[in-house]
Amino acid sequence: MVKMDVNLGGLRMPTPVATASGTFGYGTEYVGLVDYAKLGAVTAKGIRLDPWPGNPMPRHAEVVGGLVNAIGLQGTGVEAFLSKTLPAYRTVSKVPLIANIWGGSVEEYAAVAARLGDRVEAIEMNVSCPNVKAGGHTFGQDPNVLFEVVAAVRKATARPLLVKLAPNVPSIVPYVKACEDAGADALSLINTIPAMVIDIERRVPVLANRTGGLSGRGVHPVAVKLVYDAHRATKLPILAMGGVYEAKDAIELLLAGATAVAVGTATFTDPGVVAAVHDGIVAYCERHGFASVSDLTGNLQG
Amino acid sequence: MRKNEQAKVILHEDCGPGYRLLVLDAPQVAADARPGQFVHVKVPALEASALRRPFSIFNAEDGRLEILYKAVGRGTFALNGVRPGETVEVLGPLGRGFPETCRGTPLLVGGGYGVAPLYFLARRLLQTPKLPNPQTPKLFLGGRTKTDLLALDRFAALGVEVFAATNDGSFGTKGFAVVPLDAELARLRAAGADFELFTCGPDGLLKAVSERAVSLGAPGWISVDRHMVCGVGACYACIQRTVTGNARCCVDGPVFKAEELAW
Repeated sequence: MVKMDVNLGGLRMPTPVATASGTFGYGTEYVGLVDYAKLGAVTAKGIRLDPWPGNPMPRHAEVVGGLVNAIGLQGTGVEAFLSKTLPAYRTVSKVPLIANIWGGSVEEYAAVAARLGDRVEAIEMNVSCPNVKAGGHTFGQDPNVLFEVVAAVRKATARPLLVKLAPNVPSIVPYVKACEDAGADALSLINTIPAMVIDIERRVPVLANRTGGLSGRGVHPVAVKLVYDAHRATKLPILAMGGVYEAKDAIELLLAGATAVAVGTATFTDPGVVAAVHDGIVAYCERHGFASVSDLTGNLQG
Repeated sequence: MRKNEQAKVILHEDCGPGYRLLVLDAPQVAADARPGQFVHVKVPALEASALRRPFSIFNAEDGRLEILYKAVGRGTFALNGVRPGETVEVLGPLGRGFPETCRGTPLLVGGGYGVAPLYFLARRLLQTPKLPNPQTPKLFLGGRTKTDLLALDRFAALGVEVFAATNDGSFGTKGFAVVPLDAELARLRAAGADFELFTCGPDGLLKAVSERAVSLGAPGWISVDRHMVCGVGACYACIQRTVTGNARCCVDGPVFKAEELAW
């Protein structure tokens, strides 16, 4: 028996496999299609204080090796989340829920976190969404601003606090340090990579928002490198995501320094990926004689 | 109950220039399928990480699932090459479909391959125990030219009267499907008869049918076609604007009431 539960900065996960925010709705949409017994946490779609309509259509473009999206964080706001969405989730799942939050100001981030209180098992801050001009972009692109917003949310919540970082920075280290100094409990790596697709016949951007964020298979090596860099710079545990399509991808991220992994875009094509990743990690640990999945974290030989 | 089923290809054949009929052995998906719902297909010839492709259910009968489609892009061109005996992963049935009862005459309005869900609907409307004044459905079908009018033989076998229209006048009335539709609407209104509108096709047609339903005060059931990502309501990519805000075509639709839509 491989010990599969992990502790992600105070969040007790029964398995090291989570879902990534924005790819799993509010946790109820995949009931019956994804094996929830294999999940250690569900990360809900981004929540802000008030309802938000998101971007105009088209909101996505398929590319080789991935997906470019500019959904624009459509959502019903924190009150509807607490009164409707969250109770609906609790009726179908016992898996710990991570609420992903975002806002247009430091105060708004803190207010959402405070409003969630102890109703969710953990909070993940989106400080790196490249889609919403009024939203998170700048928070994740300046270590000082990042410190300020994380510190404010830290004061507003006693729950385990994760910060999801932008991959498009020269070095991840100052951002990791800012999160550490501001009192974050864990890091999430990586968010989507800014990207653009052009329709050459019409000579227009495919996305109504013009640009979006790349996710999927192609971003995986980028995620491995950033997790590796971050892990060498901090003791904070890391929830790693980015192009996890099979167990091998997840194990790479664990060896690079992650404590847990999240499956995202892959679920759109195959809802069975979560279970396959979970079972593949168990099989790998057995084959290599690891008693616990935690033994994989940062366990690079050379 | 939706299922993710490994379905064997029974038949895959041409049915017009660029049009294909795919018949799958998919007893679990077919069992619960309702007209206007769709299936999300993992195209085996594409790389494993490519997104699924959504298709209307053309028919579901005796454990078989029929999909009528046009090869228009990377996914459908790749699907073209799938052969009988091979396996296709099908997630479904998904979405909110058409009602299967109708007060008065069901007027089915299709454009091009948008005819696909209307055949399944016609079959079910003919089977369902009827509300007052049962009527056989009538189909108003438009296409660019004669070869874009699909499944006419299948509708004929059901006894559905077909009013065809082609842009080039090569078959039926010259013009759009709303030309014969407007003639029938005038006739039904003069007779004081009840009717409901059911439509699927290009946005221009959907808009025209919605306007008629709303202005005539008749129920209008509009099946909207959008590119999708997850197909289950999780990603918020397939948005349709409605009077109450942005709705998801995959779970709030693909069939909307005419008065719900904001174009």
